[in-house]
Amino acid sequence: MVNIKINDIPVSAAEGATILEAAALANMPVPSLCYLKDINEIGACRVCVVEIKGVNRLVPACDNTVQEGMEIYTNSARVREARRTNVELLLSQHDCRCPSCVRSGNCSLQKVANDLGIFESQYETDLPKSSWPASFPMIRDAGRCIKCMRCIQICDKVQKLHIWDIAGTGSRVNIGVSHNQQITQAECALCGQCITHCPTGALRERDDTLELTSLHGAFADENKITIVQIAPAVRAAWGEELGLSRSEATPQRMVSALKALGFDYVFDTDFGADLTIMEEGSEFLERLKKKDDYKFPMFTSCCPGWVRFLKSQYPDMVDQLSTAKSPHQMQGAVTKTWFAQKMGIDPEKIYNISIMPCVAKKHEAAIPNINDSGQNRDVDLVLTTRELVRMIRADHLVVQDLPETEFDNPLGTGSGAGVIFGATGGVMEAALRSCYYLVTGKNPAPDAFYMVRGLDGWKEASIDIQGSTVRVAVVSGLGNARKLIRALRSQKVSYDFVEVMACPGGCAGGGGQPIHDGEELAGDRGDNLYFLDRSSELRFSHENPDVVRLYQEYLGHPLSHKAHELLHTDHHGWKMPNEK
Amino acid sequence: MSRLSITTKSTAQTTVERLYKDLERRIVASPPGLCPVDMAFAFLKLCHAQTCGKCVPCRIGLGQLGKLLDQVLNGEATMETLDLIEKTARVITDTADCAIGFSAANMVLKGITGFRDDYEEHVLYGKCLASLEQPVPCVALCPAGVDIPGYIALVAEGRYEDAVRLIRKDNPFPTACALVCEHPCEARCRRNMVDTSVNIRGMKLAAVDYAGEVPAPPRAEKTGKSVAVIGGGPSGLSAAYYLQLMGHQTTVFEMHKHLGGMLYYGIPSYRLPRERLNEDIDNILSTDVEVKLEHCIGEGEGKTTMNELRENYDAVYISIGAHTDKKVGLEGEDARGVISAVEMLGLLADGGTIDMKGKRVTVIGGGNVAMDVTRSAIRLGAEEVKVVYRRRQVDMTALPEEVRSAVAEGAEICELHAPVRIETNEAEEVTALIAQPKMIGKVGRDGRPSPTDCKKAEVRIPCDIVIVAIGQGIETHYFEDRGIPIKHGVIAAENWSAVENAPGVFAGGDCVTGPATAIRAIAAGKVAAANIDNYLGYNHIISTDVKIPAPRIKDYPACGRINVKERPALERKKDFEAVECSLTEEEICQEAGRCLRCDHFGYGIFKGGRETKW
Repeated sequence: MVNIKINDIPVSAAEGATILEAAALANMPVPSLCYLKDINEIGACRVCVVEIKGVNRLVPACDNTVQEGMEIYTNSARVREARRTNVELLLSQHDCRCPSCVRSGNCSLQKVANDLGIFESQYETDLPKSSWPASFPMIRDAGRCIKCMRCIQICDKVQKLHIWDIAGTGSRVNIGVSHNQQITQAECALCGQCITHCPTGALRERDDTLELTSLHGAFADENKITIVQIAPAVRAAWGEELGLSRSEATPQRMVSALKALGFDYVFDTDFGADLTIMEEGSEFLERLKKKDDYKFPMFTSCCPGWVRFLKSQYPDMVDQLSTAKSPHQMQGAVTKTWFAQKMGIDPEKIYNISIMPCVAKKHEAAIPNINDSGQNRDVDLVLTTRELVRMIRADHLVVQDLPETEFDNPLGTGSGAGVIFGATGGVMEAALRSCYYLVTGKNPAPDAFYMVRGLDGWKEASIDIQGSTVRVAVVSGLGNARKLIRALRSQKVSYDFVEVMACPGGCAGGGGQPIHDGEELAGDRGDNLYFLDRSSELRFSHENPDVVRLYQEYLGHPLSHKAHELLHTDHHGWKMPNEK
Repeated sequence: MSRLSITTKSTAQTTVERLYKDLERRIVASPPGLCPVDMAFAFLKLCHAQTCGKCVPCRIGLGQLGKLLDQVLNGEATMETLDLIEKTARVITDTADCAIGFSAANMVLKGITGFRDDYEEHVLYGKCLASLEQPVPCVALCPAGVDIPGYIALVAEGRYEDAVRLIRKDNPFPTACALVCEHPCEARCRRNMVDTSVNIRGMKLAAVDYAGEVPAPPRAEKTGKSVAVIGGGPSGLSAAYYLQLMGHQTTVFEMHKHLGGMLYYGIPSYRLPRERLNEDIDNILSTDVEVKLEHCIGEGEGKTTMNELRENYDAVYISIGAHTDKKVGLEGEDARGVISAVEMLGLLADGGTIDMKGKRVTVIGGGNVAMDVTRSAIRLGAEEVKVVYRRRQVDMTALPEEVRSAVAEGAEICELHAPVRIETNEAEEVTALIAQPKMIGKVGRDGRPSPTDCKKAEVRIPCDIVIVAIGQGIETHYFEDRGIPIKHGVIAAENWSAVENAPGVFAGGDCVTGPATAIRAIAAGKVAAANIDNYLGYNHIISTDVKIPAPRIKDYPACGRINVKERPALERKKDFEAVECSLTEEEICQEAGRCLRCDHFGYGIFKGGRETKW
């Protein structure tokens, strides 16, 4: 510990702590803007400057550590003037039309500027020009970018994809797509981590809510039956920005909110997740039986960010992906076939909406060869958790007062195994639960495979199933995925089955989830999903009665011809930019 | 009103003049990687501020040029804009009344041809070709990319051993470089913006002077691969060192009696004492490099052929240096008493001596080697030593401090004298050097003023010994005969050291670049080691576990630079002992504290501030 004084108050701080950390712990927080712990500690915005006795120039608190005897002033006259001026300078190059900004109310720049009471500026406005393809699932607005560099850093350091880079030099420095590319030509996985780590509204998902709510939208179209499905991880996050506590933000209350918005049927992607386990798990066991015909490990395929990554970075390994579609695509295909048939609904009238914690799903649902229901698209529209929250806010729903309603049937039943799809390791755990059953005819203890849980970026386990060992690994975050693939390719490791999620912590930390600047909530949300799993009566995908019924009535058995037609896809059927 | 008055400077004028000095230093410290068009635009604005406003081309033309450049930078220009810029600049150059106008426009003209591709990139794609890949100026300019702010920070903390360890990650010759490196790192030191560059070489000297023996890091697991290195100079030994650390087995074939190449045979011991050079070589050899001294590569008895090397080793690195003399082509050059610098320094290095007591010596040349032989001749007892150089002293390519030291030790610089012939007596002994006085003239294409003839008679410089120090060549014949490509007298190797059409053969150092500096040769060895490793099918990483201290929070007031002192000239000129004195810890602490830590402050903390491995 070192002894310092902050604003004349003696404080002891951990050795090596930054001034920013020490001041926050001492309840004298210093505002910051570009700083993102461990990711972006570059002192660029100069908002966190403080005065240190004996040092002439002001010092940024974020990238300087406390030293014994240091006397720090966080709000001296010079600090006040400097902080205010630097924020004013930032605002002079910022599109301050806050009311029409997606991050209004959740913007770090807005908060800092408002806290400082900056209501007018002495500087001329000088906005950078922006050009961006409006149809791309991720949107960048140069006028709202404060060049904090976080997007570059998160993509370089965590996702290791290097999509963003500095463009231009000197006073004309801007953030651009790396290698002078257009974003549509870049190898962006669409993980959305740059969006969730942006302090302002410079980065966002393409907003598709008007497809539903406008005068010509699906809700107003009498010929359309709107069927929404909710991904597992959405239920763990949807209430965060609505002021709901964990106990209020139940999946059932979310169902009521969706009904109130106008959806005709509310289904649960947990069903699709259980179905994925049946197909992907069976596929894995098939591949294991024909070991010589396949390359191992087999990779999970439910994360479209990961599929995009693999196709662009390691195209020679694409055949190692499971051919199973992701849960919402399976569910979309089943909705427009089995469900329509069962209910006597004209499938042409069905308008399928998926609410996902994910930006890449917007791209996935638009892949031409993913559609097998015979209709236009199996999933017509993908919205992120954030877009769902915005629709609820737009309709001024008082969600606290809504009753709890069950999901509609038959595609509204999901097992606990399906719920944990939303957390890193969840797909693997669900698959192992059912694989164990498929091989031995007996259920394992539901929590037998707990070792693949947790936020470690790279987890591994060896599972004994009837005398044979299955070696599995789970990675989340594309940087970890690359690390694992490099280790696989240099034969430092070998596995039979690997789960990969593009976002750190899995879908719970997805790029389409609500944004809390400086906080990583994947762990909390994942805990909630495991809680729902524990509380569920159904813990095994193969025991989902609706899944059982679907096979009995329609598909026959996992990997049947019909199942292949509807639930599997050819990953070579579409190309990433630059993919040969 | 008085009829005349004495002009005194106003406060404003004094201040502006100080700002001019600030700007001069700032330009010196321009970091690499700036947008050249942006810089041209900024220069133009400065030039326009200097206009008196009398004439049209300068008053209006420079302003309009500025607007056009701004359009280019803002992505609003077309290719026609570039034509208009060129035309306008040409007309201003042709018609401005004074240099304020025509030299300003000429700067724009130079740019639009010199970096036209960058102009076009701006016009066509709205982008700049420049980028700050290595934002730390000293590291960017060090051919070997040594972590300079890192080791200076360590030196400042008194962690000399760690500093040596850190340097060796990129350069296994910390001691030799501490004494003789030409320190290109200092040229654009950001400290110039405050006062003057940090004495970087001095800080390295502090590290090696105080570190004591620092063992080499452990080697990687043996790979079973073998590499032959031809030539045990800085490049060959650097390659061998890193290849050894990577687990390969290297054998160095050295034709001389000693390792070290030009560090041993080209640099006199008073600059680089043998025992100091051996500190580096011993450390390199401690990694189990196999050495074959006095072993030539070629045809004939006792020699190993290139084919044998290629058959018996998995890769070959050619780093034979540049050890042959260049003839000056003067009448009388074969006379007794004429000696080449290479020959003389080599003889001294191998323990021989040349009797110069009481002799009059003339040195031909103006580079560092010329200064080396000059100072050596003084130490060998020469009565007088004159350096004959056809340009001015300031135009010499030798480091100014080397020239200063030579002069202090008693050498006389005969500038603007072009050697014509060597006069001999009947015994074919040198009696004088005949030189033609020159006048300095126009600046040539290389940016240096050329000497021109002037109407002065030839002068006779009586002397007993003439030392020719006008550069070295490379012995390429044998390699050329064995199919190694030679271009312009040097071995043609790629920038990643590979030799075309000769798989497994790499080359680097002086034999590829022509006579250059030790640090460039070392860098070539490092590059070769990395690429040979890959060629052998590996990707070993060279790194160090030395942790760099975070910068102290402090101010950086302007402060003079501490230079390394030399022993008094009258004392040092009598012997071949080291001329440089160690810095004191107090001096080291102050000088190291001047480093602005560009690895942390500015762009360095965001990107490229530190390469921790390669």
